[in-house]
Amino acid sequence: MSKSNTISPRETAASRNFGTMLKELDWRRYVIYLGFVVVFLFFAILLRDQGFLSPNNLLNIFRQTATITVMAVGMTYVIACAEIDLSVGSVAGLSSVCTAMALSQWGLVPGILAGLAVGLVVGSVNGALVSLLGIPSFLVTLGMLGIAVGVAQWITASAPQPILNDTFNMLFGSGNFGPVPGLIVWSAIFVAIGAVVLNRTRFGRQVLATGGNRNAAEFTGINTKRIKFQVLLISGMAASVAGMLYAGRLQSGRFQWGAGDELSAIAAVILGGTSLFGGFGSVIGTLFGALLIGLINNGLILAGLDSSQQQVVRGAIIILAVALARKK
Amino acid sequence: MNTSDNVVEMHSISKGFNGVSVLKDVSFDVRKGEVHALAGGNGAGKSTLMKILQGVYQADEGEILIGGQPVAIKSIQDAKAAGIGMVFQEFSLVPSLTVAQNIFLASEPLSAGGLIDDRAAVRRAKEIFADMEVNVDPRAEVSRLGTAYWQLTEIAKALSQDAQVLIMDEPTASLARHESEALFELIDRLKQRGISIIYISHRMDEVYRLADRITILRDGRRLLTDALTDVTPGQIVEGIVGKKIEGQMAYRARDHVAHDGPPLLEVHGLNAGRRVRDVSFALRPGEILGLAGLMGSGRTELARVLFGIDRLDSGEVLIRGKKTNLASPQQAIDAGVALIPEDRRAQGLILDHSVRDNLLLPLLGQLRRGPLLDSAKGKELSSSLIKKFAVKVAHPHRPVRLLSGGNQQKVVIAKWLGTDPDILILDEPTAGVDIGTKSEILDMIRELANAGKAVIVISSEYPELLAVSDRVLVLKDGTVIRDIPRSDIADEEYLQLAVQGV
Repeated sequence: MSKSNTISPRETAASRNFGTMLKELDWRRYVIYLGFVVVFLFFAILLRDQGFLSPNNLLNIFRQTATITVMAVGMTYVIACAEIDLSVGSVAGLSSVCTAMALSQWGLVPGILAGLAVGLVVGSVNGALVSLLGIPSFLVTLGMLGIAVGVAQWITASAPQPILNDTFNMLFGSGNFGPVPGLIVWSAIFVAIGAVVLNRTRFGRQVLATGGNRNAAEFTGINTKRIKFQVLLISGMAASVAGMLYAGRLQSGRFQWGAGDELSAIAAVILGGTSLFGGFGSVIGTLFGALLIGLINNGLILAGLDSSQQQVVRGAIIILAVALARKK
Repeated sequence: MNTSDNVVEMHSISKGFNGVSVLKDVSFDVRKGEVHALAGGNGAGKSTLMKILQGVYQADEGEILIGGQPVAIKSIQDAKAAGIGMVFQEFSLVPSLTVAQNIFLASEPLSAGGLIDDRAAVRRAKEIFADMEVNVDPRAEVSRLGTAYWQLTEIAKALSQDAQVLIMDEPTASLARHESEALFELIDRLKQRGISIIYISHRMDEVYRLADRITILRDGRRLLTDALTDVTPGQIVEGIVGKKIEGQMAYRARDHVAHDGPPLLEVHGLNAGRRVRDVSFALRPGEILGLAGLMGSGRTELARVLFGIDRLDSGEVLIRGKKTNLASPQQAIDAGVALIPEDRRAQGLILDHSVRDNLLLPLLGQLRRGPLLDSAKGKELSSSLIKKFAVKVAHPHRPVRLLSGGNQQKVVIAKWLGTDPDILILDEPTAGVDIGTKSEILDMIRELANAGKAVIVISSEYPELLAVSDRVLVLKDGTVIRDIPRSDIADEEYLQLAVQGV
């Protein structure tokens, strides 16, 4: 069938010119890229004397964003599936202390396994409660936020757990892989796998279908309960890796690591164009959403704002961006 | 009967829910390449029977044969594997995915690496649409398409799974006439390819246009199965309603229109958006004005402007001779306008709330006692509305979603009449409502006009428009092209020609 006799439904008698194509483009989904460029240029000009554009500063932005990016990739699946995971920040904290404690007791591999086990357990519990008992994920993960941070504080008696294992620190955040900082490699791996799985596998398609219209997905033969379980498991696992990246970068495990990160991760996902109502998700958009938040943080520090002012400006920018990207 | 011709046979199916029998000993069969209409009033058991065939429910008794072989259909997957496809009344696509992605959802073509091959999906979707002889862009995102395309996508989805039988439930409910005609032609082509269609519809003309045979259910029992050539429309209606309701769709001349007084509503040179262009008309107390036009002719948009939902760009609206600013629904309500919207489930009702709460929602202002609501007065008011409009409800506390479509519609109408509006706009008031309730709603409209209210009725069903309207405005591309007194309209055909602009 030739292109010319395929009529796309919005095409009317008028010929399809560039203007109508532009009008049809769902720019809300791509507003993140525009916003990223605008904010970048803004800081580049405003802060040119403060070293914003120096390679070191730019690398720093990537490094500081890595943990949020890793969590946000998992969160993209959850939100695209029309659920939410508020527990990621405290799961990261719990994972960092479990890793640190297991490392000092039993060594490298048990340490890593302990961190992953945190994500596996918390993610499974979240997923099971949401999919089997039908409790809204908002409530389940809100409760889990408290439980995870409480456990992390309890088992450490609020004390930081230093990590003296150099291999671990090098692998998870402090070191470089060749010329590239490890944190950037970790982000890249998560984003690449996350993007391919969401866009090009049956699992990813079923996540989008479940989020877009659960009844339709169910009628098509998709086990939507299993999908909901799996996305929360993925999010928990991603958060536990983020916790290990905190531990490696800061060479310690501490219950505060990751505190409040759930908001940044959710903001990154929404800024990236993933629909809060489910059905559409973009991992690449999420990456840029996370980078934009990192960019804003960095710029505001360089501009000399103190942390209270930073929070106000950051909050305002996020609301503005989401307002621009919202559903009509 | 030659059994081998039957693609589907359902023998002596019985089904009950919580001890209430819904289907009693119903047998139903579909021949290869036939269109078999399934009719019956609300609650007759049509949807239960079809859900058993689709694997949503399991029959308590009876057996199902597909292609002569007994099969157990325990899930939707079993039904699909057996070649049963469905085109849902309430569409079941994922709006955020493309047409091709929806067609192959959960059976995506994979490339060698195990990843989804979207290009192959698009190619195969194109082939399916080419076979169907329709033009749909497989790359278009479903949410951006009109309902007609959704339906085509659903049909393509079923065909991609080698469906031998398609179940279509009120497929034209949301289509304009030319889209329906295109669908009918598609059904004819599918028939020629040997695909059987079970066609559920309230619309008699469609049933006659398409179906080879008809089965009528009443109260969970099969009333008849016969070739359409042997059944008269009167018999079908009688079968569905259970009593002869001759002439209920006929126009009854009413002399309540106040011709001498000033018009209640005057619209001069109204423009709004792209769909309302230079519309002028007047409406008198006691008059029922029908709005006819194809889907997209601007009927609904005109109603939205008059109810203050959409802003008007230019022109003026006079109510009782006074220029009125309709910038919000609240202003419209204050000016005495009420709109009963097209999609009652989405726009007219809060489905999980009780019948009473829904009825009282527009009236909360009248029920205040100090800062609180006067619940005794509310109870009294809602009970009187329920009685007045004969809403069949066990208790006003019951959620609205438990009511039948017809009774839900009565609640929507009653809800707005509680505000005692002078001008009432009804958009598709009887869509998806069974014939018995339909005539009750039409009677309700007539009574309201007799009581001196001005009524605007928007409907795609011409018999219904002709039954109630004193005057019909024909809209095309947002403009009034004809303003015809009812007495000048000889029959439905005349009106159809007017709407087509011939």
